[in-house]
Amino acid sequence: MFPASFGYFAARSLEEALELLTKHGEGAKLLAGGHSLIPAMKLRLASPRYLIDLGQVPGLSGVRVDGDSLAIGALTVHADVASSDLVRQRLPGLAEAAAVIGDVQVRNRGTIGGSVAHADPAADFPVILTALAASFVLVSPAGKRTVAAEKFFIDFFTTALAPNEVLTEIRVPLPPAGAGTAYAKLGHPASGYVVVSAGALVVRQPSGRCASARVAIGGLGSVPIRATATETALQGQPLNPEVIAAAAAKAAEGTDPDGDLYASADYKRHMAAVYARRAIEKASERASKKVKTRMEI
Amino acid sequence: MKDEKIILTVTANGVKYEAEVEPRLLLVYFLREHLGLTGTHVGCDTSQCGACTIQLNGRAVKSCTILAVQANGAEITTVEGLAREGALHPVQEGFREKHGLQCGYCTPGMIMTAVHLLQTNPDPTDDEIKHALEGNLCRCTGYINIVESIKWAAEKMRGNHVSR
Repeated sequence: MFPASFGYFAARSLEEALELLTKHGEGAKLLAGGHSLIPAMKLRLASPRYLIDLGQVPGLSGVRVDGDSLAIGALTVHADVASSDLVRQRLPGLAEAAAVIGDVQVRNRGTIGGSVAHADPAADFPVILTALAASFVLVSPAGKRTVAAEKFFIDFFTTALAPNEVLTEIRVPLPPAGAGTAYAKLGHPASGYVVVSAGALVVRQPSGRCASARVAIGGLGSVPIRATATETALQGQPLNPEVIAAAAAKAAEGTDPDGDLYASADYKRHMAAVYARRAIEKASERASKKVKTRMEI
Repeated sequence: MKDEKIILTVTANGVKYEAEVEPRLLLVYFLREHLGLTGTHVGCDTSQCGACTIQLNGRAVKSCTILAVQANGAEITTVEGLAREGALHPVQEGFREKHGLQCGYCTPGMIMTAVHLLQTNPDPTDDEIKHALEGNLCRCTGYINIVESIKWAAEKMRGNHVSR
């Protein structure tokens, strides 16, 4: 299978990429790792007239602490998100999600920014990034704006990205002391894509009660949904298995998933509760562990 | 501009090549048809089976899902680049010693993924090997011997005595 013909530009800077994008408008697509776009082009589901390759643009990959956030360059590959010490120590739920995307080879090539911009409803990053209250830095010739994950994912494969914008950075707030994060996924056994998955951020008070929680579920709709009933049920409650299970049971409340060949709507709703419970339990367990300083490791 | 050919420079198995290619040419076909490196196979052609696995700048990747032009300036290793002066790479030797193949179609990809694994994890458990091979499919159901082959290679590469 071959993609249809297209014109190719290897942008050498973000400015050049923006210029090319403005010049060629909607006929152009940005290419990062290409692990969603190239398969779509081979199947002729996508036939862009021009590809603007960001692969040689400096400064778009890597993980760093910037103020009270972790800043992840859009071209950082999944394997590097999964193995980053910063991510593993500060946001283990994000490392966990990165480590279960596709397979080794896919993780060596696919990028976090590409995955986010592609907005596949069966992808992992959108779910955990919604739970972690991440935001995305979008740059256009007019300037820069930052859009929260919940406002960014609009529908199946549809985001708030304007045709002249480049997603350059993913910003994830560093959780406060006493917080834990986790990701739990029911993947399709053949494709590995999400059937249902859950991301959780749990902030624990010293008393062991839940100060606040954010829980996002993937697989129940066109974009990740916040399990607000679950979050409310956790707030102020002791984080014990009974409370967590009762709260997680509300994970699919208010959703109306489509059943498919592999999983019925009822099954997906049930699995949402199961995987929400697993994610919350693990996040809560991580929240209860004393944060290790560099000296103690 | 559309269809315009692009000049591409890559180093494959230590040899520098320059070529003019169509932007839509996939890396696997560039390796096979332009450079004659037919050890890299096309299996599913949908980034699932891993028969096309190569190393691009030291990482195992699926060359059916990469445009040749994306590899401009890159260092590539294919299965042909593993042997040194006629001596097989320990992973290749392992596949021979432990009968890690039947039809052999998936083998180059299996070997390239295994080489990548042992670079990052010289002493993997069975489970770690199986997880590392998640992106490589064998339709002869030879997975047990593939795992044995990689364990054999790991032991040899760690400098341990290996019983045959």
